[in-house]
Amino acid sequence: MKRYFHEELEAVRSHLMLMGEKAVESVNLAMQALLESDLEIASRVIEGDDAIDAIETQIDDEVARYVSLRAPVARDLRLLFVAVKASHDLERVGDEATSIASRMRKILAHGSPIEEFGRVPRMCELAVHMLGDALSSFIQEDETLAYTIVQRDKEVDSLNRENFKAFVELMKLNPDNVNACTEMVFISKSLERIADHAKNIAEEVYFLLTTNSLKEVVKTEQE
Amino acid sequence: MSLVTDKLVPSPKLEKPVEAPEATDKSRSLIQISNFDFFYGDKQALFDINMDIVEKEVTAFIGPSGCGKSTLLRCINRMNDLIDIARIGGGEISVNGVDIYDERVDTIELRKRVGMVFQKSNPFPKSIYENVVYGLRIQGINRKSVLDETVERCLKGAALWEEVKDRLDTSGLSLSGGQQQRLCIARALAVEPDILLMDEPCSALDPVATAKVEELIHSLKERYTIVIVTHNMQQAARVSDKTAFFYLGKLIEMNATDQIFMSPEKEQTEAYISGRFG
Repeated sequence: MKRYFHEELEAVRSHLMLMGEKAVESVNLAMQALLESDLEIASRVIEGDDAIDAIETQIDDEVARYVSLRAPVARDLRLLFVAVKASHDLERVGDEATSIASRMRKILAHGSPIEEFGRVPRMCELAVHMLGDALSSFIQEDETLAYTIVQRDKEVDSLNRENFKAFVELMKLNPDNVNACTEMVFISKSLERIADHAKNIAEEVYFLLTTNSLKEVVKTEQE
Repeated sequence: MSLVTDKLVPSPKLEKPVEAPEATDKSRSLIQISNFDFFYGDKQALFDINMDIVEKEVTAFIGPSGCGKSTLLRCINRMNDLIDIARIGGGEISVNGVDIYDERVDTIELRKRVGMVFQKSNPFPKSIYENVVYGLRIQGINRKSVLDETVERCLKGAALWEEVKDRLDTSGLSLSGGQQQRLCIARALAVEPDILLMDEPCSALDPVATAKVEELIHSLKERYTIVIVTHNMQQAARVSDKTAFFYLGKLIEMNATDQIFMSPEKEQTEAYISGRFG
């Protein structure tokens, strides 16, 4: 039986999806700003972060209200927990996108144009894909898809290590590269964190759908 | 709405709505309770109750057993008149600006306007059809087209029509507990009340039947003002717009339901809804 207040649960679900779309868009724009040295796009990313934060606050309020008034149990309750945790992850994704945009502005402010991106574009592609799939696993209620996202995080971690080595080498070659390369190391780290947040969301979705901890499932398989 | 008999004209006092100190939305207040004291013999059951009940909203009364919530509910349509030792100590309850305890008020008219649904469903040992039209028949209304229309309208209003439309002539007592309770709600709707008082209407029902009655309450508030007494705080949280918490005969706090359940102002309210006493 569908109850009149189940619409409130649907509202939480759609706000989480909206937040996810905005977070993905923000990361894509930040990368575009970096690759094209476009300060106007970087500004849009930074200014857009408040909208993402506002959705997180809205989801928190909706969840608090639903828990207080509707006595949710089982899957409904898990959905609310997941909404709070996933919205926090998405808020952090928005912050990382803002950080990328800010660091790109710093690089240009130092007057050293960005010529070497290392594996950053590929990392961004993977991280955004992971994030998109994490959201799809939530929307389509697909625990198999959620499971695959966790495995893909290792590739992003590996690319981050490659970037670190490559940018350090560039700094050694020419001290003029230090400013830009330092920022690029942090940008690479931001993308690695975005992938981590995508992995977290996938774990949360897996718990929502199966009541099992994906971390434990993976650990058991490795043993 | 006129609660006084035709021969009497409300005094100036009756025409002027009472100013209730704890009003939440005075412009839409349908029931106003002010400085109301109530006794059973020497024992005071209600102390200086002040509240406004807004029209077309659901107001829930919560509190531990013996806190006076059902007593106050029964005062709103003078059901307590039937108890010999019951008496008002002071104050007033107004419905639509009319003091319902004024001696000129016609209690039969009052109870038509302020219907009641009880804890235990109490269908009459008659057919489903006759249960619904009972109130009309005692008013002398027997025209079949009117009765037929009333039965369909009220059973639809009580979300029972689809389940019983093919067996209206079977006994109301043959229905399940949840259906019986909805039949009683349909019976209350038949006399076209403005207000429905519900005294723990789901306490004898299973979760599915409870959910149906809660859905019904939610839909009925489009047309009716509903006051519900419940021991089930989750139910109060789910169905009501306003919640009033009573303790030892006193109104401790009344506010919007989300305010009461998310950040109550009074410590006693918080302790009760958190299960720390009661």
